[in-house]
Amino acid sequence: MAQQILERYIDGASSIHALDARVKLVLAVTTIVCASLLPAGSWLALLALTALVWATIIASSVGLLLILRRALVALPFLAVVVTIVFSVPGQPVFTVPLGFVTLTATDAGLLRFFTIVWKSWVSVQVALILTATTHFFDILRALGALHLPKIMVALLSFMYRYLFVLADEAQQLLRARDCRSAALDGRGGGSVWWRAKVTGQLVGTLFLRAFERSERIYVAMLARGYTGELRSLNARPLHPSDLRFGLGGALVLVLITLQAFLG
Amino acid sequence: MLDLLERALVLALHIPDGFLSASVSALFWVLTLVCVTFAVRRTNKVLDDRQVPLMGVMAACIFAAQMLNFPVAGGTSGHVLGGALAAIVLGPAAGILVMTCVVALQALLFQDGGIVVMGANIFNMGVLTTLLGGAVFAGLLRLIGRQSKGLVIAGFAAAWVSVMAAAALTALQLIASGTAQPQVVLGAMLGVHSLIGVGEGLITAAALSFLLATRPDVLPAAVTDVLSGNARPVAKGQVLIGGLAIAALLLLLAPFASAAPDGLERVALDLGFIDGGRGPGAASPAGVLSDYTVPGLAGGISTILAGLVGVLIVVALGYGLAILLRRRSAARSNRSVPSSR
Repeated sequence: MAQQILERYIDGASSIHALDARVKLVLAVTTIVCASLLPAGSWLALLALTALVWATIIASSVGLLLILRRALVALPFLAVVVTIVFSVPGQPVFTVPLGFVTLTATDAGLLRFFTIVWKSWVSVQVALILTATTHFFDILRALGALHLPKIMVALLSFMYRYLFVLADEAQQLLRARDCRSAALDGRGGGSVWWRAKVTGQLVGTLFLRAFERSERIYVAMLARGYTGELRSLNARPLHPSDLRFGLGGALVLVLITLQAFLG
Repeated sequence: MLDLLERALVLALHIPDGFLSASVSALFWVLTLVCVTFAVRRTNKVLDDRQVPLMGVMAACIFAAQMLNFPVAGGTSGHVLGGALAAIVLGPAAGILVMTCVVALQALLFQDGGIVVMGANIFNMGVLTTLLGGAVFAGLLRLIGRQSKGLVIAGFAAAWVSVMAAAALTALQLIASGTAQPQVVLGAMLGVHSLIGVGEGLITAAALSFLLATRPDVLPAAVTDVLSGNARPVAKGQVLIGGLAIAALLLLLAPFASAAPDGLERVALDLGFIDGGRGPGAASPAGVLSDYTVPGLAGGISTILAGLVGVLIVVALGYGLAILLRRRSAARSNRSVPSSR
């Protein structure tokens, strides 16, 4: 069920969906690298990157609003970074009285803070549009083509295949615990130590079930002729038009980054 | 279920893209690649083909286990990150690979943690937690010996230390990137995670004693041997690793250390001869790292770096002493062999 929700947009028919996974992966990583290289206050480059990413999102017909809403995942981390508004030396802009100390926000601090926020926001959108339009197994195959060790590709494939199965089992365990633990609203039963112990036993149970499942999987694989190597069909050659698109995109990204450093 | 999977991730350890400078990201990619390559080599060497489905399913299991939470207080809940548990049950090399997969999938699939900064995230949550957690566990288990309490205490300590170490390194990476103010962030991260670490520790310890009670055969032979009293005496390398792990723990606590003068200094101050100790003669060797800070570096990092240098010196001294003592005892035993005949 969760897997269906997660892969809801993955079978779209747009040109972004059809683009070779290797090209998509390389372009996405290049965009994020370019964003992370930009110096503080390079608004023009950030604007250009955002425009490119939004154009891609719109072309993919996934839905800009959906991506923007999901791009909020990085927000909690801002709490850590907001401290630099007050710690970078510069012209004072405004002050926040906090009882015994008064924090002074500086222009340099604000500049750096908003640059980081924007960079991270664009980067999350890039990752979102990549995973929304590309099958995870295609991403893995692309990673394999880019020389990620075979064993890592195999492990990630297994992990993705069984993640939702085990998440289902974890949810069953939680539901069983809830059924057996009547408690008043807002008051857990037992001490914190006891609750932690029960949860630890759930983790242990899940671990054992996963262990036994992996043994069954191995036997089933042996029965089907597994020799220690995973094989897959539909490896497709890199289409020239995809290659051209990738090179063109990379060139634009490099130009945007250069502009920020030279301009 | 999707919301449960995602809620499991809200922890200030998955650094998003844009929060680390390019050089810090690159440095930790290199460190991570070295460690993961080493782990891949190590696993490939002992690999029978059974390991691939086992580790893959275990990676999924660790991720799913992060959904299993329990209410702590005031609407917050605790859950397990699993690095220490993976290292203890699967061994360090397999633990690194499994946790690397967990962190990578969380970033690729749930955008939890960035892509360019993934090297740092894998190092913090996959490499550091497994290596340190595994080392602390092995060391403590050997020290406490053959009581079932040993499993619980060692498991708790290993999990707590691994969470603290990951939090400290995350804070240091942010500080080194200029994205966070040193004192505030290091203190806040370690403060919050000293509590999160307790949850991690309790769950890890409970899970381990559950496994020992139900299926002791899934635990590595090294663990069950110690508990049943079949283990050989502690090896020298393990003592070294254990010592390093404890030193690393102390390093993490260094920034918390009081800036107030310690007892001896206080006495010297009161008696008025501390100026004598700060005379020109005393300044030359001790003055390099005066007051445990490295000159030219700010606050927390400086204290930790100074601590690191100190630890290295102490380790070198201790190692030298150990070699010396061993030679002497070897010489004595050589002498005693003929006389005993």
